[in-house]
Amino acid sequence: MIEVNRKGEVWVFAEQEAGHLSEVPLELLSKGRELADQLGVPLAAVLVGSKVRPLCATLAQHGADLIYLAEDGVLTHYQTASYTRVVCDLITAYKPQICLFGATAIGRDLAPTVASAMKCGLTADCTDLQIGDHTDPQTKEHIAKLLLQIRPAFGGNIIATIVNPHRWPQMATVREGVMRMTVAEAGRTGKTIKFPVNLAGLDLPTEVVESQRRAKKVNLKGARIIVAGGAGVGSRDAFRLIWDLANILGGAVGGSRAAVDLGYVDHDHQVGQTGTTVRPALYICCGVSGAVQHRAGMQESAKILAINIDKDAPIFGVAHYGIVGDLNEVIPRMIKSIRSGASLSDAVTGASKA
Amino acid sequence: MGYSCVVCVKQVPDTKRITGQAMKEDGTVNRAALPAIFNPEDLNALEAALRVRDQHGGTVTVIAMGLPAACDVLRDSLFRGADRAILITDRRAAASDTLATSYILSCAIRKLTPDLVFCGRQAIDGDTAQVGPQLAEKLGYTLVTYLEELELDGRTARVKRNIGNGYERVRSRLPALFTVMETANHPRPPALLKVMKAKKARAPVEIAKAVDGALGASATAEAKAAETAHRCAEMQARKLLITQWNLDDIEADLGWCGGAGSPTKVHRIQSIVLAGGDYKEFPPTEAGIASLIGELIQDHTIG
Repeated sequence: MIEVNRKGEVWVFAEQEAGHLSEVPLELLSKGRELADQLGVPLAAVLVGSKVRPLCATLAQHGADLIYLAEDGVLTHYQTASYTRVVCDLITAYKPQICLFGATAIGRDLAPTVASAMKCGLTADCTDLQIGDHTDPQTKEHIAKLLLQIRPAFGGNIIATIVNPHRWPQMATVREGVMRMTVAEAGRTGKTIKFPVNLAGLDLPTEVVESQRRAKKVNLKGARIIVAGGAGVGSRDAFRLIWDLANILGGAVGGSRAAVDLGYVDHDHQVGQTGTTVRPALYICCGVSGAVQHRAGMQESAKILAINIDKDAPIFGVAHYGIVGDLNEVIPRMIKSIRSGASLSDAVTGASKA
Repeated sequence: MGYSCVVCVKQVPDTKRITGQAMKEDGTVNRAALPAIFNPEDLNALEAALRVRDQHGGTVTVIAMGLPAACDVLRDSLFRGADRAILITDRRAAASDTLATSYILSCAIRKLTPDLVFCGRQAIDGDTAQVGPQLAEKLGYTLVTYLEELELDGRTARVKRNIGNGYERVRSRLPALFTVMETANHPRPPALLKVMKAKKARAPVEIAKAVDGALGASATAEAKAAETAHRCAEMQARKLLITQWNLDDIEADLGWCGGAGSPTKVHRIQSIVLAGGDYKEFPPTEAGIASLIGELIQDHTIG
């Protein structure tokens, strides 16, 4: 536990694998920049690994004023014990007020372990972060400029805003794709502070024997059109309709968590708070009821078309277009209409060329 | 010799079956409309522990922290093959966040000194996936998250971990805590013979409630306490008593429990308004759909 330090910096854990930064730390730097500016403190990236110094420039270009660089051969692979030790030593030495982590496989292993060791609070999977004042409902104590950690809870029926008033640093994890990444500023530089790694006496309790990573099979983030199915699709067979519609539109296939849990579609396709956050030009959701976790992952789409048999489904609350009806009838009609529409527009284009 | 295993399980509201009635008009949660279930990945954690016992011998102890109603998931664990069930229940543990919860669980597990602790990766009510890692840190156990396969050889565990975009094989020293993925196994169903045997298993808090109902308002508190003690002893003799611990039993420091031990505080809760938006509705007819598609083609969204 560290004392409340109002001058403390805002920190982003710069997750990297084999010398490559994932997108989430860069997204977090964008949000961290806003938070640090509101607080009037520096924004720092925490870069832990082996031979990762070349990444410092990228972190600075994405908004980091400072980069704490902790390098050691032992840190080549992410390991809970070694990384926790280094991050805790850094926190103890520099007393940041905010520490943000990506809610990745590594972030969701490291952040809770660090929070437990530092005896501070941690809020998982935030969908928004703000700076704001908090008044304790019991003691009426008023505290200015805390990190407001906003996340859906209780199956998405409520949005909870969480604060850590007294036990710092204020820690949160954020899913990939939730925060918008700003473009790198070519000339921007930061100050690299080399942190002496002290892993003396640490006998690592785990050893990585083999590591296999594959690229994501589905590029949801880059898709212009996404057709997503939910539990309302009814079966893996019926999910074929979603694929058919996506194919004819040249779009990608998405699924709600319920559809993934039911085995209709693989996890790589999951849109929402525990999946990928997307902002396509057109998002068509079929049989998706619209739990807030799902909406959190797609509501910034330019156009949303909801197809649901239940006219009261919450998904209609974020939709621009709606069809209340059975998707087993609606989707084939859409496909038919797109086929004839496409030939119609071809004809129109052809005519205008002629 | 076998391994001594502890499984942490949680009773959770079935968040997948939330309907419009889940929230009351005043914006609070309508618990009555939400069935309570065994947290799904905790069933995978239990199955992983049972397989260790099947293969190597040893014991499987299941711990649930919560209201007395959590006895349902403990009984369910006994039906599936757990050897022992422990309920941690205490009003002073209310409002615990993940840090306080992991502290309380660590106090209880320290009394049992298991070789292996199994937790579900995350619970469906909060989805935080924090209690497992935090519990490992407090116990000083090796943490291995996202377990899919486990092999044990003496004091070494070989684990295949699901890291989202692939997998990793690690060798870990015991004692260790594993968080278990739903993809790790298929939980065995309750066994009929075990159901017959354990369906009468009760925790003291449940027995006290039954005594209170049976003796009625006229009986004195002393009489009720005596009858409860008598029935508990009887259940104990029949090996049907679910162990019940409060924060004193596990020697927890109250400063780290409940609201006092929880650094995170709720600033605001907003219920999701399920009101309809001002979307443009098209009828599900061929003509309706054709006019929608026409509009999307016209503004170059598709086509």
